[in-house]
Amino acid sequence: MGRKIKVLIAKPGLDGHDVGAKVVVRALADAGFEVLYTGLHQTPETIAAEARDEDVDVIGLSILSGSHIPLCRKLKELLAGDGLDEKLWIVGGNIPAQDREALNEIGVDGVFPTGTDLDEIANFIREKVA
Amino acid sequence: MTAETAKKPAPEADENRVVNESGIEIKTLYTAKDVVESGGVDASLPGKPPFTRGIHGEMYRKRPWTMRQYTGFANAADTNERFHYLIRNGQTGLNVAFDLATQCGYDSDAPEALGEVGRVGMAVDTLKDFEIAFDGIDLDKITVSLTINGSAAILIAMYLAMAEKRGYDTKSLRGTAQNDILKEFIGRGTWIYPVDASMKLVADTIEYCAHNAPKYSPVSVCGYHIRESGASPAEEMAYAFCIAKAYMDDVLKRGLDVDEFAGRLSFNFNIFGNLFEQVAKFRAARRLWGKIVLEEYGATNPKSGWMRMIAGGGGFGLTIQQPENNIMRGAYYALVAALSGAQTMALCCYDEAYTIPTPKAQKLSLRTMQLLIEEIGLTDTVDPLGGSYYIETLTNQMEQKMIDIMAQVDREGGIVKSVSEGRIQSHVSQQAYEHQRDIQSGAFPKVGVNRYVDEDDGEEQHDVELHPYDEAGAQAQVDALHKVKAERDEAAVQAALAKLREDAQADRNVMPALMEAVKAYATVGEMSDTMVEVFGRYQEPIRF
Repeated sequence: MGRKIKVLIAKPGLDGHDVGAKVVVRALADAGFEVLYTGLHQTPETIAAEARDEDVDVIGLSILSGSHIPLCRKLKELLAGDGLDEKLWIVGGNIPAQDREALNEIGVDGVFPTGTDLDEIANFIREKVA
Repeated sequence: MTAETAKKPAPEADENRVVNESGIEIKTLYTAKDVVESGGVDASLPGKPPFTRGIHGEMYRKRPWTMRQYTGFANAADTNERFHYLIRNGQTGLNVAFDLATQCGYDSDAPEALGEVGRVGMAVDTLKDFEIAFDGIDLDKITVSLTINGSAAILIAMYLAMAEKRGYDTKSLRGTAQNDILKEFIGRGTWIYPVDASMKLVADTIEYCAHNAPKYSPVSVCGYHIRESGASPAEEMAYAFCIAKAYMDDVLKRGLDVDEFAGRLSFNFNIFGNLFEQVAKFRAARRLWGKIVLEEYGATNPKSGWMRMIAGGGGFGLTIQQPENNIMRGAYYALVAALSGAQTMALCCYDEAYTIPTPKAQKLSLRTMQLLIEEIGLTDTVDPLGGSYYIETLTNQMEQKMIDIMAQVDREGGIVKSVSEGRIQSHVSQQAYEHQRDIQSGAFPKVGVNRYVDEDDGEEQHDVELHPYDEAGAQAQVDALHKVKAERDEAAVQAALAKLREDAQADRNVMPALMEAVKAYATVGEMSDTMVEVFGRYQEPIRF
């Protein structure tokens, strides 16, 4: 048995909607992952630093305010600077269908809008990280 | 926390068993015997303590509920235009949405505001923005509710200063600020300062308004967001009352009499879920709050025991899937609010799961409420469900649930301690997780999600118009801020901020200093940063 897959769930920006992020934290923990949760009001800088310091396998962002594109652009620069841009990167929340391609282009591997089946997220991580 | 959880029937239990979300088993039939056994018949009249049937004797016969859709986006000018549109369409109050930078105490040019300026609400930097936002609106006729919490003290000062400048006497000015910071720590998350300092600011606003704007409602205690975060309907009310009591206790310690401020406390509650459970919830809560204020706190003015409320919203009940279904949900939520004796309604718009509502969606919500008033007979008589064996029994049972939950919070050291330690947050988020699992498994029915699902229900199919983010508008807001800063009397600003710092350090009421600062066109960020220097910034406890 190797170590558990380590997932960081982060809330970037000022958006205070954390119900979904906390639901995903519990779902992933139940699915057997090691899960870290940052809490609210994180900057792309603090998220990149935690991803690096904790040596996580997966970075998951939860964003419901609509500012996912500028926040992901900023985080991408920082992850690239730290050599972390190969980590699996997923984003969830209030993400309109029309923005998914833009997020993929920035480097997001998986987008899971509000209402996504929780097992789908766990399966995606398992498939991509294993 | 091991508080009341919405208990689902065990798999082996009778399939026909029905248990509501607050954990009360529902019988097939109710009779007079059930009312008696659950606590007895409540013969009180509306307008008389403990107000089970309504806070006013005539309720909607005298005046229908205030219609107050949640509105605000981009800048003050755009928001002002939307306000006028809604008022032209028959809206009778305003409910202002602010962007996240404003809500968290940052100026539009702060690094933290990147991508946020004007996005989920109106951007506010200085008094200038308030002058523009409320231009042409008669503040005596149209009352304004500010949905603001972390920076509420600053924005209340701004509202009072704006009104004063326009010639209104703040002694007679009505209006509401949400200003319920404890619930922000449980859900919604726009906190700034640590819990103790945040509580102090709430008490400052209540005390200041009691003396200077006695008709203004400085706090609207929100069960709403606690429910959205995973609480059951009974927990929603119980936690809100624990929070309201915590604010009252702080203000009483300052030497105010309960009758000087209790009547100006208001509430904001959620509405989604089972219709009968909601109606009973509100009737029970009104009775419980009446008893708490008049008996436990010894208020002598009956109005002090009024549970005045805004209701009608229920974002958590709406779905991304088949968004048009949300129009029907909204109509039922409005019906529930009307049957429950709400003073004010703000319906969630059907497109809110996607975007900031379009004018069309807002108008539909307004028309929904107007239909109830004009066509369906909801204003004809007071508490039309009162006297139903089912409703009266459920009212008794819901009240007992609330009492039990409140007692448990007290046993665990009180609401401030529970929130500071993250225990309430952990409890409700566990329930939210279980609820999500139940929706996925189909144990909790949701039309369009786990029942009657459209094949190929991709969001691409949905005809929802998205509200675009206006990058140029955000830059214009920053430019406007810089213009105000260049033109204002800098010495006056610095003097006002120095006074604010001094009063905060000396633990004096900061409202007089904030009034001076906003009048000098100090920015939201400057005032907030000054208080952060003194109070520090909240560190969220992470607890699962």
